[in-house]
Amino acid sequence: MTNKKIDRRTMLSVALAGVAMVQTAFGKAFQQVEDPTKKQGVPSGTLGTRSPFEKVLKKPSDISSRTPLQDLVGSITPSDLHFERNHNGVPAIDPEKYELLIHGMVEKPMIFTLKDLKKFPAVSRIFFIECSGNYRSGKEELTPQEICGLTSQSEWTGVMLSTLLREVKVKPKATWFLAEGSDAAVMTRSIPLNKGLDDAMIAYGQNGEAIRPEQGYPARLVLPGWEGNMSVKWIRRIEVSDGPFMTREETSKYTEAIGDKKIRQFSFVMDARSIITFPTYPRQVEKGWIEIRGIAWSGRGKITKVEVSVDGGKHWQLANLQEPILDKAHTIFRYLWNWTGEETEIMSRAYDETGYCQPTYKQLSDARGGKSGYHYNPVVAWRVKRDGVVVLNPDAGK
Amino acid sequence: MRITFAACAAVCFFSCSTNDDNNRAPETFGFGREATAEEIAIKDIDIGPDGTGLLHEGKGKALSGAIIYREKCSKCHGEDGTDGPFGALVTDPNDTASTKKTVGNYWPYATTLYDYVNRAMPFDKPGSLTSQEVYDLTAFILYSNKIIDSTMVVDWQTLPKIEMPAKKMFVPDDRKGGPEVR
Repeated sequence: MTNKKIDRRTMLSVALAGVAMVQTAFGKAFQQVEDPTKKQGVPSGTLGTRSPFEKVLKKPSDISSRTPLQDLVGSITPSDLHFERNHNGVPAIDPEKYELLIHGMVEKPMIFTLKDLKKFPAVSRIFFIECSGNYRSGKEELTPQEICGLTSQSEWTGVMLSTLLREVKVKPKATWFLAEGSDAAVMTRSIPLNKGLDDAMIAYGQNGEAIRPEQGYPARLVLPGWEGNMSVKWIRRIEVSDGPFMTREETSKYTEAIGDKKIRQFSFVMDARSIITFPTYPRQVEKGWIEIRGIAWSGRGKITKVEVSVDGGKHWQLANLQEPILDKAHTIFRYLWNWTGEETEIMSRAYDETGYCQPTYKQLSDARGGKSGYHYNPVVAWRVKRDGVVVLNPDAGK
Repeated sequence: MRITFAACAAVCFFSCSTNDDNNRAPETFGFGREATAEEIAIKDIDIGPDGTGLLHEGKGKALSGAIIYREKCSKCHGEDGTDGPFGALVTDPNDTASTKKTVGNYWPYATTLYDYVNRAMPFDKPGSLTSQEVYDLTAFILYSNKIIDSTMVVDWQTLPKIEMPAKKMFVPDDRKGGPEVR
């Protein structure tokens, strides 16, 4: 309310003074003047703001909201632009009342408050989180955000789950655990215990501050490289067990037909993938030098190389990878291209440490008996028209 | 002693950014507190595929479930569950051409139905159903999919024994990285 009042007063004074002002998200107003060196600037404040010239936004639907990949210039996704996929809204959780219960096949079932979690040795690691239902196509007018904007990257800070599991003393016969959120869907997934002991985290920090409510405030599970749904947000309970629980999300959802009347279950790992984020729809480019840019990532380790084609897939050249190349993380690639002005198609494909090469749409649909919903990571091609307009080729690789 | 010192120096040289925190960490930090049986019972609502966790209170009947369904579920799942607007629940098991993924043609375990309805439904009033209502609705949805008949009583003993037609289709993930596309 206070901010609103200030906004109105500021706007009023602006209107009266007849000076061009621009409103930012937090009510701080910047004067637009012809020569900024001839006008005193706005004093420093309590919270930074995004420039009012930057109109970068997530693209929401009823159940999700997509990261504007084409508008980002680094490897970290700003926290307020991290994608969302919620199963019944974002819950409001009081951090003072937050508790994480760990029980089941353990010697000592325990409850940890947020303060308790923060006392344990902490780790900070950069990982992508990607929804496994992250592929759209079907028309030329699609942006990277619309095609695969359900992937984002943050530096996550928290406690290793293995540290907590040592506190409760997991029994020798345990093989799985259930992770449960405190959202209105009380969402659950079963996870192999080995992943929990390997690199899973209970994260309370995101990019240097508390996790945003949309990403699981005050604490979430982070399972590096695995489908985002399993990195249960707003985590309230872990039950250690000797088998999977067959929850709705791992049976009727997040499973995919692979032909021959078979449905693939427990498909956890996100395979390697890349997408060009510049130049793409809706950009228009001019002939001459263009730096093709994009991101590549793999849930199975590091990206080893990215290849770019500027002739519709006839020839492929190595792209430069931005260091540091991190495990299970978005990796920026760049390729310098001198466009002659002839219509062509540009595309990228990623390789990871296992020797996997990002497949074409046809390779995926052949291997799985047709198009299936989840874990679709095909090569994406952009058509650069003679007038410089860039559109998606929705039929590429089919 | 000299050999030990040399080895240590070599380790320090190649990994000078790490200390021996991992070796100094105690067996237990003692942060947090032990959970009581009552505290666990309140939150331990999950149902296993073998029926673990099912409440003994409640005996579900399809006819009772139909009445609750009409009142609390039909606005999202349609009059008979075959359409939406949100999430179709029902298909005829003989309709193999259907592309809708429903309880009848896609769900491998009947216990999941109880677990999910109990924890997350109705969507606008989650967690508001009694165990009797959840058993009734479970019976009605299974009956609508022609998996059980209208007279069957669905409870903690019978529900885990119901064989779901889709179960035989589920196979574990066979992707493992490497050059092969799967």
